[in-house]
This record gives sequence, structure tokens and C-alpha cells, in this order.
Amino acid sequence: MTILTLSKLTKRYAGTTVLSEVSLDIAAGERVALLGHNGAGKSTLMKLVLGLIRADGGRIEVAGHAPGSAVARALTAYLPESAAFHPAITGREQLRYYLRLRGQPVKQADELLEKVGLADAAACRIGTYSKGMRQRVGLAQALIGSPRLMVLDEPTSGLDPVSRREFYALLDELAAKGTAILLSSHALSELEARTDRMVVLARGKQVAQGTLADLRHDAALPLTITITPKAGLEDLIAEVFPGALVLEDRVTFTCAPDEKLAVLERIAAQRDHIEDYDVHAATLDDLYSHISTRAA
Amino acid sequence: MLTRILATAALEFAIARRNRWVIVSVAMMMLFALVLAFAGSAPAGQMAADPLSVTVASLISLAVYLVPLIALLISFDAIAGESERGTLALSLTYPLARTELLLGKLIAQLGVVTIAVIAGYAVAAVVAFATSGGDAAEGLPALWRLVWTSVLLGAAFLSLGHAVSCLSRRPSGAAAMAIGLWLVMIVLYDLGLLAAVVANDGGAFTTDVFPWALVANPADAFRIFNLAASGAVDAASGVSGAASSIAPWKPLAAILIWPLLAATLARLSFQRVTP
Repeated sequence: MTILTLSKLTKRYAGTTVLSEVSLDIAAGERVALLGHNGAGKSTLMKLVLGLIRADGGRIEVAGHAPGSAVARALTAYLPESAAFHPAITGREQLRYYLRLRGQPVKQADELLEKVGLADAAACRIGTYSKGMRQRVGLAQALIGSPRLMVLDEPTSGLDPVSRREFYALLDELAAKGTAILLSSHALSELEARTDRMVVLARGKQVAQGTLADLRHDAALPLTITITPKAGLEDLIAEVFPGALVLEDRVTFTCAPDEKLAVLERIAAQRDHIEDYDVHAATLDDLYSHISTRAA
Repeated sequence: MLTRILATAALEFAIARRNRWVIVSVAMMMLFALVLAFAGSAPAGQMAADPLSVTVASLISLAVYLVPLIALLISFDAIAGESERGTLALSLTYPLARTELLLGKLIAQLGVVTIAVIAGYAVAAVVAFATSGGDAAEGLPALWRLVWTSVLLGAAFLSLGHAVSCLSRRPSGAAAMAIGLWLVMIVLYDLGLLAAVVANDGGAFTTDVFPWALVANPADAFRIFNLAASGAVDAASGVSGAASSIAPWKPLAAILIWPLLAATLARLSFQRVTP
């Protein structure tokens, strides 16, 4: 069942197009990541989905309702980028307020705070919280009333690696219950491959969409191979692999993904002349910068 | 709807209490009221019969400066602050209408103003009763009139503060605009009118425009209504001489209409805010 539908969504600010004909569907239980540099249009897209601003073209539906309508608001949860709640309020008070706004029992506040690991700080003022703790308050409020659609703007910025892993575990739990999740990030590596699909935006245009495997396959980024030959044999090895560079006691070269096995066979044939070797697949950051620069 | 307004009001009141706005406002009102109660009865009325009415007459000129100032100080951050912290966008994605958010804040802040006003006037009343005994009871109606008109004056300026907060986006800009608004409406408005009256020298402006201009400003309407109703003369204000020539329903209407007008203005300004 489709929860969020965007079709040919366009938004302009004072003549500049910040979002151009973006189309996207998110089904119940699906986790979709929105990737892009600062200013790529991620936040604009999210604000449109939330009904905070109006589109100049295209259509948005949240479970069949207009964004910002009473029904859509009741179904949607939002985590803003680095939300700073009022420092004079305690975490518990802040959550009780949001529970009241959604018509939920206020006693859930402590449960929610415990879920995001803030049980001990519930009675402390938010002014005393660290950035990561404030982010958790934001996350706790987004969990209220099991929303059908969750919109998370850079949810893992400010979280340490352990908290990030816990955060994705929470998302998995929500997705398993049927919540559609749209989250944004400026780095592919931050996602830790924990989303079902990725949409890459560059300058307001959708430049790629698919699973991580799809994106990797489409980009066909070369592997980097580094060989450490036995002493004095550097030039001999360099001759075997055309295009290789000799860097002091090492020889490096790149190869296309589909030539990987052939290259390994040639390395194996030289085993008497080789001390060690390493194969580096392109990192997520390499892949991401390849996709976003190719589009530009 | 009521639940959401009250939830917002409760949170805002907690913030006002923690931010020490409650303490500061109460302390300001009490301190000034105390000073006036002991020392300020001299410029009040020879016409006033009892000591409480005398105190009330001097409290009028205190309230006309202090109540708008307190109201603007409490309210200027309401929207601009949330906008800067990033919580405004979040609140607006909740099932919470802009009107509900604004009303919640207004109720909480009006609570603070009311507490400050009552605390300040109570101190003055206690002093009046302590120095004169039972005679002061005759001044209670005037004191009560001062309380509810002060609350309405506060409501008008709270909403004006909200409008300023919506229009300036940043808390620092909103603070500057709020102080500017206070200066213009409370100080410069009267000075301007006086200058115009002097320049006009008894012409059409003085007879036709001036009485209306006086009533159009909520602070002047507040002063004129209270002075006229208590029959006292306020020597601290140069324009109060005109008070006797204006029918009391005009300033009363202005006092009642201004809170609604200002709240509407705030709501319209809020509509222009894009989180």
C-alpha cells in the first residue's frame, strides 16, 4: 500500500528552481533515503511533504490526503534537522506536551524517553542536554502514536556510531510495523546501508534512484588493487599489469568490477614474486560523489 | 481544540516561570507600586476622598508605562524564538492550528501579566489600608476597575508583541521592534499629539481630531477611562486635561476593542510566517 506519492513535484523560490519534477512513491514499511549535498533540495522536499510550504507544480498525497491537511498531519511524524527545544523545559514536559497535542495519554512520555535512552535525563532541563540527547528528544516525539509516515531530516547527524546503530534498529522496528519512512542524509556512508531505497538529489533534480546494489552496479566504479612485490621486483610486476603505477615499494592499478576475477588469476600466477596484495572496492562516499558529480 | 490550547498555555507558563519572567514582572510591579503608595500620592487628586483612591490615581500613570512594557517583553520572543530554535516547523506539523498555538501563548502570558498586576496593586492597597484603616474600602471599586483594564491593556500589547515577533523573524530584531513600538505608542504618541495641539492653537484639529486620536491609542484610552471614572486628575500626564471632555464610553470601547484588534493583527502576521 502506497503511503506517500510525489509526482512531478516542482518548487521555485524567487525564480530559481529548487526542486524540479521529482517523482517518488513510498509504500508502507519501506525505508527510503533522500541523499544530496546541502542545498540539493532535501529539506524543501520534506517541507512540501509536511505541508509547511506549497508546491509550484506537481502533486503530493499522504495516504490519499493533501499534505498539511488535518488527516495528513495526524498520520505524519517529523523530526526536524537539529531541533533545539526550549532549554527551560525538561524532556518529560516537552514530550507530555506533544502527546497532548496528538491526543495521546501523557503517561507514555516516560516509555518513549526510555525507548530512546533518555530515561535518566527525563527530569532534567533540555538546556543541560548534549546535541545527541536533544536529537533523541526529537526522535522520541516522532515515535508518538505509531505514525504511518515518518519524515526525518538528517536524523543521524550528531549521533555517535553506537547511537546511530540503535537509531536504525528503531527504524527497522517501525518499518516492520508498516510505517513508511523518508529520511535525508548528506552522506551515503551515514546510512550504513540500512534503507531499502535511495533517491539522490542534485540541484533539485532526481539523479538516481534504487537500492544500494543497483546504484553500485549502475556506477560500475573501478576497484583499486595494491600489490606489494618482493624486494626489487617492483618493475617486473608493473610490466605484468599495464597502466600500473609504482609507488616506492608498491604497485597500484584499477580494474573494472567485471574484470575482477581475471585480475585475481593474474595475481595468483605471480605468487612467487608477491609479498602481499589488497583489493579496495569503491567506498560508499566514492559512489555517492561519483553519482552526484556525474549529474552536475 | 481546547486541549491543545491549554496544553500550549501550560507549557508556555512553565517556560515563563523558569525564565523568571513571572518573578521579574511581579517584582517590577510591586516595587514601583510600593514606591508610589508611599511617596506618590502627592500629584493625585485633591478630589479623591479616601487614601486608596489617591493611590489608584497614581497607579494609573504607573500602569500606563509598565503594563505595556512588561507585555511586550514577555511576548516578543513568542514566534521569532521558536522559529530560530526550529521548533516552530515541528509544532506546525502537529494537529495544531496556528490560531490554537497563538491563543495558547496569549493565555499563558496574560496569566503572567495578571499575576504581576494583581501583586503590584495588592501591595499598594495593603499600604493604603495599613495607613488609613477602613476608609480605604471606598477606593476598592476604582482599584478593581484598574485591575481589569490593566489586564485588557496587557492583552492588547501581548498580541502586538506577537505581531512584532511574527514580522521580524529573529528574536533580536523582534526585541528592537518591541522597544520601538513601546516608545512610539506610549511616549512619542502623546508628545506628538501635544505638539500638534500647540501648533494648531485651538483649531479644527484640537476640537475634532484630537479627542479621537487620544482614544485610538489603547494606553491613552486606558488612562482617560480610569481617570474619568475615578474623578481624579493626573498631573503626570499633559494630555489628561482632555479626559474630562471625552464621553467615558469612547475610551471604554477602545479598551475592549484593542485586545481583539491586536489579536487579529497577530494572527494575520503569523499567516505570513513560513517555517
